[in-house]
Amino acid sequence: MPKITYIENTGNSQTIEVANGLSVMEGAVQNDIPGIDADCGGGMACATCHVYVKEDWFDKLPKKGDGEEDMLDMAFEPNKFSRLSCQIIVSNELDGLTVSTPSKQG
Amino acid sequence: MIKTDTLIIGAGPVGLFCVHQLGIIGLKCEVVDNLDKIGGQCIELYPDKPIYDIPAVPECTGEELTNNLIEQIKVFKTNFHLNERVEEIEKVEKKWITKTNKGTEFESSSIIIAAGVGSFEPRKFPTKEIEKYEGKQILYSIRDKTVFKDKTVCIFGGGDSALDWAIELSSTSKVILVHRRDDFRGMQASIDKANQLKKEGKIKIYTKYQLDSVQGSEKVQSINIKHDDKSIKEIKTDYVLGFFGLIMQLGPIAEWGLNLDKKTIPVNTESFETNKEGIFAIGDICSYPGKLKLILSGFHEGALAARGCFKYAKPDEKYRFEFTTSSKTVKNRLGVKE
Repeated sequence: MPKITYIENTGNSQTIEVANGLSVMEGAVQNDIPGIDADCGGGMACATCHVYVKEDWFDKLPKKGDGEEDMLDMAFEPNKFSRLSCQIIVSNELDGLTVSTPSKQG
Repeated sequence: MIKTDTLIIGAGPVGLFCVHQLGIIGLKCEVVDNLDKIGGQCIELYPDKPIYDIPAVPECTGEELTNNLIEQIKVFKTNFHLNERVEEIEKVEKKWITKTNKGTEFESSSIIIAAGVGSFEPRKFPTKEIEKYEGKQILYSIRDKTVFKDKTVCIFGGGDSALDWAIELSSTSKVILVHRRDDFRGMQASIDKANQLKKEGKIKIYTKYQLDSVQGSEKVQSINIKHDDKSIKEIKTDYVLGFFGLIMQLGPIAEWGLNLDKKTIPVNTESFETNKEGIFAIGDICSYPGKLKLILSGFHEGALAARGCFKYAKPDEKYRFEFTTSSKTVKNRLGVKE
């Protein structure tokens, strides 16, 4: 299974195996990774699963879909590497992906 | 003090259908919601987005679903207390006393929490040191627009609220609109209008900037905004307005002594009662093994929670199950003429 690394705002880092087909958000929630709230449950309606994708990974991800950029306007301290983790679906190509979580989600 | 059988917290689809379920078994209820309108997330987050998984409704928008639910419970003439947030609950003998932030008090034998992920609150600036200005020169909503007359107002955000207020205030104030990226997500007509005003020199627009710091003592004097390329620009301003939409906060619910699992309330799946007798939780806010955050699951949870409320409202009566198709009593309650 692909390994995804989540780095908390405190610097604490955890690497976990996430099954193909799950989102990076679900991988975090199911493994009790702190820093990702996902209030709306993956509906791209809340921006509380906001993560910063590690720079060298950002361009390797499938592009943002309709509405994700709009929703990121609502996120806490977004930057140009911001994504909604519910919109990043894990696949073998994403093995080694690293994302960090913001200091808070809202 | 308003006396009723059940108080429902949350006027989203699940709370609305629960009004129906309480109504057909003969219980009265009142509904409180922090939003200014009925419908919860359906109306606040996705009024125009189609939903495809409501049983027997192949496709409907959040707004249509809300309107249909309101129509379905019209006969019960339920009171909605909007713009109010429940702050405290307290058990006095066998009744629950509930108080809202507007001072409304309820006495009920049960409470059903159908609060989604909590109440909607405005998203705030992430910047530190702004708290002392919030509610004074840093605002997230506008109550009285006359205070901005002949002042400089710096508006942050890229949606309709930010655009509408920038356009509206530009006739009487010096307006600076700041957004984190070049694209605005408001209605095209509003975007065009804002660009037109910019050309006419009536508003300034800075994009790819976010708030970096606030300077002032008693009042805000100036702010620094930071570009994506890290360069800083100082803007002298009297007011700072942020329109970043709403975020859901669990808020006071966390203080009521209910068991919590992350941001959800564990319940039993027989009546959706919480660890507190007479307090039920349904919809997105409740959790149990196998929980699905679907509107249809919330309807089921509400039907059972309503029956769970019966024994508290009518301790001397036995609840008897009846179908709407055949029961004369239920049809009377629904105002159906035979």
